[in-house]
Amino acid sequence: MDTFIQLVIDGLALGSVYAALALAIVLVNQSTGLINFSQGAMAVLSAYFAYVLIGWGFPTILAILGSIVVSFLLGAIVERLLIRRFEGGDPDTAVVVTIGLLTLFTGIAGWIWGYNNRQFPSLFPLETVDILGAVVSVRSIGTTLTIVGIMVVLQLLFQGTKLGLALRAVAINPSSAAYSGLPVGRLLMIGWGLAAALGAVAGALVAPALTLTPGMMDTALVYALAAVIIGGLNSPLGAVVAAWGIGVLENLAAVYVPFIGYDLKIAVPFIILFVVLLVRPQGLFGRKVVVRV
Amino acid sequence: MTLLELDNVTAWYGPVQVLDGVSLSVPDNGAVGILGANGAGKTTTLRAISGAVRTGGRITYDGRDIRGLHPEQVAKLGIAHVPEGRGTLGQLTVRENLRVGAYLRKDRKAVAEDLDYCLELFPNLKDRISSSASALSGGEQQMLAVARAFMARPRLLLLDEASLGLAPSTAKAVYEAIRRLRLESGIAMLIVEQNANLAFTLVDSAIVLETGRNVLSGSSAELKGMDEIRRAYLGG
Repeated sequence: MDTFIQLVIDGLALGSVYAALALAIVLVNQSTGLINFSQGAMAVLSAYFAYVLIGWGFPTILAILGSIVVSFLLGAIVERLLIRRFEGGDPDTAVVVTIGLLTLFTGIAGWIWGYNNRQFPSLFPLETVDILGAVVSVRSIGTTLTIVGIMVVLQLLFQGTKLGLALRAVAINPSSAAYSGLPVGRLLMIGWGLAAALGAVAGALVAPALTLTPGMMDTALVYALAAVIIGGLNSPLGAVVAAWGIGVLENLAAVYVPFIGYDLKIAVPFIILFVVLLVRPQGLFGRKVVVRV
Repeated sequence: MTLLELDNVTAWYGPVQVLDGVSLSVPDNGAVGILGANGAGKTTTLRAISGAVRTGGRITYDGRDIRGLHPEQVAKLGIAHVPEGRGTLGQLTVRENLRVGAYLRKDRKAVAEDLDYCLELFPNLKDRISSSASALSGGEQQMLAVARAFMARPRLLLLDEASLGLAPSTAKAVYEAIRRLRLESGIAMLIVEQNANLAFTLVDSAIVLETGRNVLSGSSAELKGMDEIRRAYLGG
């Protein structure tokens, strides 16, 4: 029983890491209609910004806040200077551009900071607490709660605010949105900026556990994509629940299904993905899009 | 008073010239139709006014030259555009679509009143207020598109082929509601319509386009009396 609880709680902590990135992907998708494959790499760059600020002697929290601001600007600039040229064209082209950005950003990070693992301080104390016989680090709890907080904020942004509504409208049909007076270009920049800022939070949450390297987010990105597809691309809640589910099931399967073990556990999210898509193609929490002519 | 005036307007899609000198004028509170066959440039004329295509010539609205403005700037001046294909935002609910229509407005109370008015004008939308727009029927989507444009409280409504793809009785009902909207709100309208019979239920005057330029214009009564109009657009 103790092992089980430990595995579940570790799984939730792991899932929270995927969830952070998954939320950024949902945010860009809701506000631009795209999947941004470079979201993870942008988050890594953000973590390096924070790393540099910490190196200059800033306290960790201020360094992370600084990197959030810089990342917002970076995201907005990437949209304005690069992605803007591909909007209105074939969405597949824009997605391929984001794959190019993934390699570019990873390369830039490696070029400037090298490929050695670097220690990144945690925002949360290193202590552990006892929950139902399981040993839980305060860092895991802090990460999980931060994710829940961000999820609530995003859900409120999209469902309850005029800005959120405008972001969604522009993502669905930019030219029609413009006829209602929505500043399309500015809203797309804000969407990318917000997603990059959220990515910066993800990077700062993940870096202490994974140690900072240019490829830190590569695996997490794969899990995060699986999570948004399982949870539904338009649902922050769905993405987080799915990410947690992936983290927990992956851990449990590694221990309790001898055939899978630690070597095959990366296959678990994709088995789940496969089954979910067979049963509910719009994802667990996604809203089905009905098209009538 | 003239609200909108097009003087010898030209328009291009890339290197292809689509409008070759269109002129028309819409008076305050008036309703003008643009008739013509497929490909005559009717939709492009509306898009030229909204700033969605590259244009030449002169477009004057409320005494100022608006040629070269972006669609969102044109919208700010009080011109609402119901585009071809309706432009409803499929994944958003009916209510959210209407809120998008009122995006530029700050007068919350009046917005709420206008929303009630829309639902009274189009009772079908009332029952579907929380369902996603893509789940509506074609006629309901067209009503939503018109209602969304009205939510901006424009001075001028550009309406592109509101009857497209609708059953004749549905198209008639949509035009009936638009006529009521015109009478009760006094919004000026510029209406593109393939179905001239429907258009004449609404407009005071019309122009006829052929390959991107004016070939005829006149009041509804004059045009209805012309043989060539009857043959080409009114079914004999």
